Amino acid sequence: MRGESLDSEWEQQLPLWSSPQAGPSFSTMQIYRVSQITAYIKELFDSDYALQDLWLEGEVSNYSRAASGHVYFTLKDEEAQIRCVMWRSQVERRAYLPQDGEAILAHGRISVYEAGGRYQFYVDDIQPAGAGLLYLQFEALKERLAAEGLFDTERKRPLPPFPRRLGVVTSPAAAALRDIVNVLRRRYPLVEVVLSPTLVQGDEAPSQIVAAIEALNEHTDVDAIIVARGGGSLEELWAFNDEQVARAIYASQVPVVTGVGHETDFTIADFVADVRAPTPSAAAEVAVPDRQELRGAVESWRERLAQLMWGRIEERRRALQYREQVLRRFSPQAQIDSYRQRIDDLMHSALAGLKHRLALARERLRTLDSRLQTLSPLATLERGYAIARHLDTGKVVRSITQVVAGDRLEVRVSDGQFESTVGHLVD
Amino acid sequence: MEIENLSFEEAFKELEETVRRLEEGDLTLDESIALFERGQALARHCGEKLDRAELRVSQLFPSSGQNEGGYETVPFEGE
Repeated sequence: MRGESLDSEWEQQLPLWSSPQAGPSFSTMQIYRVSQITAYIKELFDSDYALQDLWLEGEVSNYSRAASGHVYFTLKDEEAQIRCVMWRSQVERRAYLPQDGEAILAHGRISVYEAGGRYQFYVDDIQPAGAGLLYLQFEALKERLAAEGLFDTERKRPLPPFPRRLGVVTSPAAAALRDIVNVLRRRYPLVEVVLSPTLVQGDEAPSQIVAAIEALNEHTDVDAIIVARGGGSLEELWAFNDEQVARAIYASQVPVVTGVGHETDFTIADFVADVRAPTPSAAAEVAVPDRQELRGAVESWRERLAQLMWGRIEERRRALQYREQVLRRFSPQAQIDSYRQRIDDLMHSALAGLKHRLALARERLRTLDSRLQTLSPLATLERGYAIARHLDTGKVVRSITQVVAGDRLEVRVSDGQFESTVGHLVD
Repeated sequence: MEIENLSFEEAFKELEETVRRLEEGDLTLDESIALFERGQALARHCGEKLDRAELRVSQLFPSSGQNEGGYETVPFEGE
């Protein structure tokens, strides 16, 4: 595998003989341990890239699974055989495991098992031979289209939330269509289904699927397209791994949902589709909203409406009440009530003032009365004074000049009066 | 637009929008009541659409004769 360089390296690194021409020579002979030479051989295998990543085709024999979970078998053809091992971690990941006599295609690397003294094939992927070839084609196409950007998540389009028309690309006779129609009828019968019939398996299928997708795009106004096929063998689903089908899905002007095979089946069509559903029924489910959920949504909008309306009315009622209060504060009735109160207050204080003045007057009267008592001539009379008046005129005699002898006088003393006559005047 | 003529999607979206506008609140009472009544009618219309819908399935056929190369849609009978 590395041609001449292998020989020269061998000579340089392991001079078993000092010279090929000289033959074995004890003087220069070097002795190796088995493990040393085995490690060297292993190193040779491991440094060869061609042996690190390869597909091998052959028939399985001596297949056995050890208690450890590792799988051992021999792969052979007419002329040769090679021991194979697949570690438990790989075994557990495989959906398919071969049996004796089966033709398979296995991927792995070749290395040396030092303790066993043999080289062997360390398998990390395994496919049935026929399918294996398809698988390789599949992987190659997948890689190529991925590199071209057909699977990019950025270009995946969302499905319309309420599609009016749905295109369905499938066989008119198959269970897949029935499943899809049943799901749509149950979930969202508002949608109109436009079937674009096609074969879904066989040599004719890919070109028919392409035509069916194109016809929906060019001659109808569907909002999305379901591309579907029920479960089947790998070969039966193969049309959905066709490059032209992938490109037709990619070119579709409306989003495409795939529902091909069962949950475990992944086709190229699934990778390129805007949405991949595991089965035809599931594709129908994701393509439309659910009637029951929509009913719930409509009902909750309706309730929210009523709630908001009541809230709005309540808000207005409170605003009205507030305004009424403000209005009441400024109304003339309030003024009148206020004046009425004021009058009451004034009357009250006026009355109080009057009472006070009355009391003062009464007090004053009492004082005046006692002063009057003091000033009364009667009191003077009691002290022995007398008042003399002209009997005829009633004038009080204050001076001697007011009388002449013989005048008749009325003299008042404290307890009565008497008449008298003026005698001679004494100056 | 007349509610009767609205598709489910249109009525559903308008219902949503109606609730949103009523939520915003800067409306007169009359406007609110008008919106509320329209919303109620929209909800009823949506419910009826959901209840009464019947799935229609048609099939796309390549045309023959004069329309060679075209397609026509016919009711699907194969169910």
